[in-house]
Amino acid sequence: MAMGEAPPQAVDEVPAHVDEASLASNEYVADTLGEWARGQWLKIKSGDSGALPVLVGFIVIIVIFQSQNSKFLSSVNLVNLIQQAGFLVIFGLAEIFILLLGEIDLSIGYNAGVGAAITAELAAPPHNQSWLVAGLAGVGVCAFFGLVQGLIVTRLGLPAFIVTLAGYLGLQGVSLFLYNADKHAVGGTISITNGVLNGIVYNSLSPAAGWIVMLAVVVLFGAVNIVGYRRRVANGLAAPPFALVLIKVGALAVAGIVLVLICNQNRSLGLTSLRGVPYVVVVVLALVAIYTFVMDRTRFGRYVYAIGGSAEAARRAGVKVNTIRLICFVLAGFTAGIAGIVAASFLGSASSNFAGGTYVLYAVAAAVIGGTSLFGGRGRMVHALIGGFIIASIANGMFLLGLSSAAQEMVNAIVLLAAVSIDALARRRALR
Amino acid sequence: MTTNPDVGARPAGRVPTAERTPLLSLQEIGKHFGAVQALRDVNLDIYAGEVTALVGDNGAGKSTAIKTISGIWAPDAGRIFWEGHEVHIRGPRDAAALGIATMYQDLALSDNLDIVANMFLGRERRRFGLLDEAAMEIAARKTLADLKVTTVRSIRQPVGSLSGGQRQAVAVARAVLEDAKLVIMDEPTAALGVSQTAMVLNLVRTLSASGVAVLLISHNLVDVFSVADHIAVLYLGHVVKVSPAAELDTQRAVELITTGAVGGASGGNERTTDGNG
Repeated sequence: MAMGEAPPQAVDEVPAHVDEASLASNEYVADTLGEWARGQWLKIKSGDSGALPVLVGFIVIIVIFQSQNSKFLSSVNLVNLIQQAGFLVIFGLAEIFILLLGEIDLSIGYNAGVGAAITAELAAPPHNQSWLVAGLAGVGVCAFFGLVQGLIVTRLGLPAFIVTLAGYLGLQGVSLFLYNADKHAVGGTISITNGVLNGIVYNSLSPAAGWIVMLAVVVLFGAVNIVGYRRRVANGLAAPPFALVLIKVGALAVAGIVLVLICNQNRSLGLTSLRGVPYVVVVVLALVAIYTFVMDRTRFGRYVYAIGGSAEAARRAGVKVNTIRLICFVLAGFTAGIAGIVAASFLGSASSNFAGGTYVLYAVAAAVIGGTSLFGGRGRMVHALIGGFIIASIANGMFLLGLSSAAQEMVNAIVLLAAVSIDALARRRALR
Repeated sequence: MTTNPDVGARPAGRVPTAERTPLLSLQEIGKHFGAVQALRDVNLDIYAGEVTALVGDNGAGKSTAIKTISGIWAPDAGRIFWEGHEVHIRGPRDAAALGIATMYQDLALSDNLDIVANMFLGRERRRFGLLDEAAMEIAARKTLADLKVTTVRSIRQPVGSLSGGQRQAVAVARAVLEDAKLVIMDEPTAALGVSQTAMVLNLVRTLSASGVAVLLISHNLVDVFSVADHIAVLYLGHVVKVSPAAELDTQRAVELITTGAVGGASGGNERTTDGNG
């Protein structure tokens, strides 16, 4: 208690894991590309999950499968992989809205199942509605169920885990009811006969259209990033190193060219030619782009991150916390509806076998493997893209190797555990 | 510098306290919780451009007093005047609308958001419906510069990577951006080390020099005497003394805090109330 003694605690110091160098892993903090790269490296060494370890893991998976079966990287199989991954990525996008809040939605799988059933029924005889009407009805119903669950969570203050577990059970029941009620659902299965709905996954842009779309996307992305950079520099604002901007745009251009080259190979086994970028690629990339824009550039997105970081801080700042949470549940339901339609398109039918329970777990896995935190406030829409492709790659590669689904599930479990462990370790460091 | 009340540093030509309208005036404020009388007959005037320190032992009613001012709950008795007019503060929004910003000990910042995002949380500037990051960053930078906060590496670093003192600076900058007229700071230097405490106290001085009224709640009398213009002592829910900081010293302040009176253990001559209320 002597007055001269230094206080025992040093709480005022900068948190232990933060140092000047690792701060530079934030692109707006780094002054040069080298500094940013060093910052990234320090961050990875300190156990913080970033995109790089995930991408390295992805490359390792690809190398392993390719070395075991040279068909893995064939254009035919890669397009298969894209078609398998599409709806998983969309499920991941749906779940990220909820994970960012620090909550979880277990219902999106069977919610999507209900949406798929409604869309399939409306598009099939005897209703024969257009793909648009059928699709909007399915997606609308899913958004409605998201709204209902969100209202229960926010108005009654119940944990989302329990409310959406009820949704998981109840919506599975609703979809079974729909198949029982529909006399045209032979054996609980409604085939997708509508050309547009069926073609989401299996039809493609023409090769030329693929190039044009790719070019437009790269030019738009490059223009937005470079103009944005110029504007920041001109206003004397914090800006990422210009080399980093160029690398990002260049990487997207390379990825786009490779994607279109692969997809434009003829993958037909018969006499007719089958080539082009599947429509599902456009759907997935458009959703990722729109949602990323919403999360980064709008007040709503800002508030979602704020609530995930500290709901109390957001509330005190005047954020209508429950309204934002409600919107997230509606968006998760809406997005799940799209995922359900794409899954039905992939499967060729909506049926009582719709694996909603598996899909919701894959959705959480895709988001977390991609780098989104289960604890809220950290995560990006692109994580669903990365994670969804990793899960699809494992399934695809193990199928090529002739491994049992038992082995597949075990490998999935290991990958998921690794991802969650990295997330938890990063969080523990951040709390210290 | 840290122990000098530094009265000479006040802006020149200011009007003597008695002739000015206080920014906030509490008159005969009372608040009870069941049988417990947390505040009784509290009188306190707070002036723009001055630092008023509210000191008192644990349970003296400091938290109750600031929660009454910031609208967390309404008083049972008494009247509140704001710039000479009677006001009824029925909720935090009413307090914010008047220009009262309260900084609690836990600071209410989002660790995962960067400095700019935290400073504008809830009041984002927009252009064409989208976040106007450029405008917010420019305003945030200017505000921090005005507060002489220069130690953060980048305005775009997450608040979770800041030190305790830097976090206080962000919270104060938030209040300044709100055009707050009265900033209530609850134990801003608790849990801070020496250099960070000095930084926060400088922040308080800069803030009050810019014309903002600061109500500082602190256990630390060294801090209180280094920045406060006026010191109000709460004892068992009652303000037993309000005096210019220059007219008090640490020893007398401690006596007031612990016994509610000055003038030796026998108690009494300055005691303005007895313990029977």
